[in-house]
Amino acid sequence: MGNKTALFSQHQACGGKIVDFGGWEMPINYGSQLDEHHKVRQSAGMFDVSHMTIVDVKGAGAKDYLRYLLANDVEKISSVTGKAMYTGMLNEQGGVIDDLIVYHMDGWYRTVVNCSTREKDLAWMNLQAENFDVSLSERPELAMVAVQGPEAIAKVAQVLGGKKAEVAQSLAVFQGLESEAWFLARTGYTGEDGLEIMVPEAEVAQFWQDLVAAGVAPCGLGARDTLRLEAGMNLYGNDMDETVLPMAANMSWTLAWQPEQRDFIGRQALVAAKAAGIKEKLVGLVMQQKGVLRAHQAVVVEGVEAKGEITSGTFSPTLGYSIALARVPVEIGDTCLVEMRNKQVEVKVVKPSFVRNGKKVD
Amino acid sequence: MSEVRSELKYLASHEWARVETDGTVTVGISDHAQDSLGDVVYVELPEVGTTVTAGEEAGVVESVKAASDIYSPISGEVIAINESLEDEPETVNSSPYDDGWFYKVQPSDVSELDAALDSEAYTAAAED
Repeated sequence: MGNKTALFSQHQACGGKIVDFGGWEMPINYGSQLDEHHKVRQSAGMFDVSHMTIVDVKGAGAKDYLRYLLANDVEKISSVTGKAMYTGMLNEQGGVIDDLIVYHMDGWYRTVVNCSTREKDLAWMNLQAENFDVSLSERPELAMVAVQGPEAIAKVAQVLGGKKAEVAQSLAVFQGLESEAWFLARTGYTGEDGLEIMVPEAEVAQFWQDLVAAGVAPCGLGARDTLRLEAGMNLYGNDMDETVLPMAANMSWTLAWQPEQRDFIGRQALVAAKAAGIKEKLVGLVMQQKGVLRAHQAVVVEGVEAKGEITSGTFSPTLGYSIALARVPVEIGDTCLVEMRNKQVEVKVVKPSFVRNGKKVD
Repeated sequence: MSEVRSELKYLASHEWARVETDGTVTVGISDHAQDSLGDVVYVELPEVGTTVTAGEEAGVVESVKAASDIYSPISGEVIAINESLEDEPETVNSSPYDDGWFYKVQPSDVSELDAALDSEAYTAAAED
């Protein structure tokens, strides 16, 4: 049997179809993945993301440590309490060990890393910590619920009331704050407004039930994947891994090159790779014909011998046709061919972002 | 538990076949299949007038999760397809044995279905 989050019995009570997800027993859907997807785009849905790994970084050397460990620069978020940043954590070759969110708290930092990469992340973070005055502590006693959608913040405030509701409504985009042993952050993985909320395990079942009663739809991992893909957000292990440079994963914007004297792990390798020329990039694909683009299908670019590959593909419930992320030769134009089921289909090449705040991205 | 119907014949690959009173055979996918696939978004059916062969590919069903080939449980000429699936593929999820049927065949040899699984054998196979 796999690991269970503190919400496991709630998933069963809500009719969740449980699957193994990286060693965790998680709901893939509660009936219809499409309905759950639409609820998030149109009103509010919630996801149990307690399997994700929370690591707090404390100590006098915390900032210097993170400025070396992460490719983005925590200096950028140091002036606002609770400010969050998305970043890659790279190896010496510049490959992506993981992508994560880091929050700047008062004198310390909170990071949230992926579940599937937990062990190697912790090993790497602890190894690098040896040279700094820092302590790392995992927070497995905190459950985490993502409430997402245009009505998400209002619903959460209604359910919580009191100080926590005030905090929930006060947050700037990409900011997280503590409140009475909870942590509320205006972040997410859906392309909608909403919150990611860390809750002491003993309190999370009641919170979940209150949200259900308030009309927030329980949503499974299936909808989480179609929502993040519509939003053009990477999934670690699919869209990038340790063999992929950030520039080939639509993560160039997370690389903080300034100030030049800041050394971060992977910097030298990335500088060398840029000088040699980056050969691939991550693009969006759109197929309006019948059919669904799927991960690992080959992408053919006219006049280029090297083939690209779809890294994530799905049917977009919001758009009504298929979308994908693909790593392709940089020479790619406005269209390309995808090899699917013994035929080649011409598809449109777009920026890797398809839906934001309920609407198609043009 | 997913539903199985005793009047149907099944393939281990989750298609069902029903012999109608007029001797034609209707084909679809099982409740277990639609549940495993998740929300169906496209169904590619054979064209009316073409011939399908027992055990061979006759179409494709695509869900949000995966693409899955449809194998015909019976050989013969396709005499009708369920055109409503073009606009409402979700019918396969809501009514796999009735409104969500795929196509109808004028069978060349209906005894081919003797080799297919009955509901009990299919239940056992689907549980594996």
